[in-house]
Amino acid sequence: MSEQKKVLVLGIGNILWADEGFGVRTLEHLQSHYEFPENVTLLDGGTQGVYLVQDVRDADILIVFDAIDYGLAPGTMKIIKNEGVPKFMGAKKVSLHQTGFQEVLALADMMGDYPEQIILIGVQPEYIEDFGGSLRPVVKAQIDPAVEQALAFMDANGISYTKRAAPFVPGDFSEDAILTMDNYEQGRPSEAEACRMGDDRILASDEFRVAEPELAKVGDSPVKVDVDHHLDKYR
Amino acid sequence: MSVTTTPNGYTLDTGGQRVVVDPVTRIEGHMRCEVNVDANNVITNAVSTGTMWRGLEVILKGRDPRDAWAFVERICGVCTGCHALTSVRAVEDALDIKIPYNAFLIREMMAKTLQVHDHVVHFYHLHALDWVNPVNALKADPKATSKLQQLTGPNHPNSSPGYFRDVQTRIRKFIESGQLGPFKNGYWDNPAYKLSPEADLMAVTHYLEALDLQKEFVKLHTVFGGKNPHPNYLVGGVPCAINMDGDMAAGAPLNMERLNFVKARIDEMKAFNDNVYIPDVLAIASFYKKQLWGGGLGAKSVMDYGAYPTVNYDKSTDQLPGGVILDDNWDNVMEVDPRDPDQVQEFVNHSWYKYPDESKGLHPWDGITDPNYDVSSAKGTHTNIEEIDEHAKYSWIKAPRWRGHAVEVGPLSRYTLAYAQGVEYVQDQVHRSVSAFNALAGTDLGAKPILQSTIGRTLARALESQYCSDMMVDDWHRLMDNIKAGDTATANMEKWDPATWPKEAKGVGITAAPRGALGHWIRIKDGKIENYQCVVPTTWNGSPRDPEGNIGAFEACLIGTPVERAEEPVEILRNLHSFDPCLACSTHVMSEEGEELVSAKVR
Repeated sequence: MSEQKKVLVLGIGNILWADEGFGVRTLEHLQSHYEFPENVTLLDGGTQGVYLVQDVRDADILIVFDAIDYGLAPGTMKIIKNEGVPKFMGAKKVSLHQTGFQEVLALADMMGDYPEQIILIGVQPEYIEDFGGSLRPVVKAQIDPAVEQALAFMDANGISYTKRAAPFVPGDFSEDAILTMDNYEQGRPSEAEACRMGDDRILASDEFRVAEPELAKVGDSPVKVDVDHHLDKYR
Repeated sequence: MSVTTTPNGYTLDTGGQRVVVDPVTRIEGHMRCEVNVDANNVITNAVSTGTMWRGLEVILKGRDPRDAWAFVERICGVCTGCHALTSVRAVEDALDIKIPYNAFLIREMMAKTLQVHDHVVHFYHLHALDWVNPVNALKADPKATSKLQQLTGPNHPNSSPGYFRDVQTRIRKFIESGQLGPFKNGYWDNPAYKLSPEADLMAVTHYLEALDLQKEFVKLHTVFGGKNPHPNYLVGGVPCAINMDGDMAAGAPLNMERLNFVKARIDEMKAFNDNVYIPDVLAIASFYKKQLWGGGLGAKSVMDYGAYPTVNYDKSTDQLPGGVILDDNWDNVMEVDPRDPDQVQEFVNHSWYKYPDESKGLHPWDGITDPNYDVSSAKGTHTNIEEIDEHAKYSWIKAPRWRGHAVEVGPLSRYTLAYAQGVEYVQDQVHRSVSAFNALAGTDLGAKPILQSTIGRTLARALESQYCSDMMVDDWHRLMDNIKAGDTATANMEKWDPATWPKEAKGVGITAAPRGALGHWIRIKDGKIENYQCVVPTTWNGSPRDPEGNIGAFEACLIGTPVERAEEPVEILRNLHSFDPCLACSTHVMSEEGEELVSAKVR
């Protein structure tokens, strides 16, 4: 029966932003090791916000991989289902017109096409503010477990898949693609070659002083979002 | 506390309450705005600060000019393609490359599709909530909403009471669950909202319809440019070959089936503009007939480079002719020459950049991008600025001026210039809109009081969207005729090889970008980029003061605007959003619950 259900497996995040790339990297891993029937779509959602609405509306079952700031220990995996998902998808707005995935779900709902089931497989990032960096080991180690969680969910819902005999190798065109995780990590220029942490002409100038990190406050509760550790050396 | 009058005629009073809005939301990029409000809640001073640095000019130095489009296109994903188009035009101008007619028509359709997409998304998804109250829509009578729809947009098929009832039920369920989703951060009990519940329901319904349709519009980019956002461009033409009988297997993406698909998308854009977008703007505008303020510089001094020629490289055939109007004198439209070192100049004495002599402006070919961040005279700390000092440097945006004059750019400027220069299509549109507005509002106003306002800026954008979809129908037929006549060329590669280039060259590319006049200036030396400067629409509109003290368009539109509640800056957002500000993409600081950490502070 679930064979006819449309399934969307979505990885979201920014691979240029260290642990923020978890969702997309996990999706890539799933694609390279497993094959799926036609009713299952794998989508690299990147940092597209509201433009993902059409794909979410088309889905009966939605599986999302993402780096989520749950306020837990780095690398902790946490799984949220159905009604709980929008609450946890609101923490960041990474995309066009400053919309977040929470709004994507809201709009799909208002348009009358909300998925029947949603599972969010999220991992607590360790470090995000490393432009051009890759996943930290503690987060990378959760790729396999996250894939296992997705497969277990598929098993429970009668969604079929097969393990590939050999990992899927991208064709000629993408052989040199800088964005596959290995190439991305190996091709990173040294810090001396490529300015990584901001422009010293500004950061090290006398006119600019970097403040001690502060916790933002919402009402009475402090919230830690995007603390600028990369600026520590200028403090 | 002081009262001054700027050379461009604005009286600024820094007394009263100071209101800070930071960040200004539902825009692209980072922006802060501070205003002074007097005892009658009227804005008497405005300070607009761009709070991030773009820096692309620095990244481009030393790179291959043929690659520049791919970098600058990524300034932003919203006005996707217009920087790429402007860049290839600048490089082709420098190297004297003329593109084939097919490439010209395809680029025209891509540019106009961007206009329609960007304008529709701006109005419904970024700007509508300044005028439309989704909570009030719950009180609407679906039958009366259906009647309103049939009165304002009789040709739109989705108009039954049942249809509006369904939408209302879904929104009610949503709002009553306590999750406002995209309708968060609104001031829904503020009396600044004037629509009837039925008009609110109609507009919210179209908010959802527009979201559904915008994804169809951009498919034109995917056919011609391979993808969206960020379709592909090419110095010398367009990167898509034509083979009318082909099945695309041979690598030619354009055949009859694809071109028919493109035509269907153009027809879809036209139908939406004619039957939904224009009627909605007019219906909403009529409820705000007593709030026709915010004209600012748009009511005085406007500029555009001109766009959409019917004959490529012949500016006299521009369907939206450019020029400059100063001090509201529509009888004297002056010519703009982006090459003239005395015309377009950028000043930085109030911007966080350094020039050797900051009393003078620099033409973009000689432009300097050298950061100099200094907030030592602002109140507060470096990281928690309480009040910007507008007498010092206060923005990452430079101050471009035309012969020293502050001018507004954008659809309203283009429409003012086209109207003043007698473009018949534009005059007809404006006259029809004025009649419709007066009929709905029960007023008897002429074109100027309606156009030269915040509402007018929003209306001009809708009219431009409609004009673009109509022009595209012509472009499509011309492309078909030209291909049928046997011409399938899409690129001129004669000067692809840098060995064919002069040792030094300079060029300029100009485009009517969705937010206004866009120019890129390039200098090429030994096959590499020596200097690259982008002067984007929001640089003009969001500019800080210049050495003479002239204020820019964002600041000017706020002066004299009354606000209902100083602590709820609905009117400030409305005026600023009417420009569709774009300060480039980035992230924002959010709370766990997804609330944007926006503050409006009253001091």
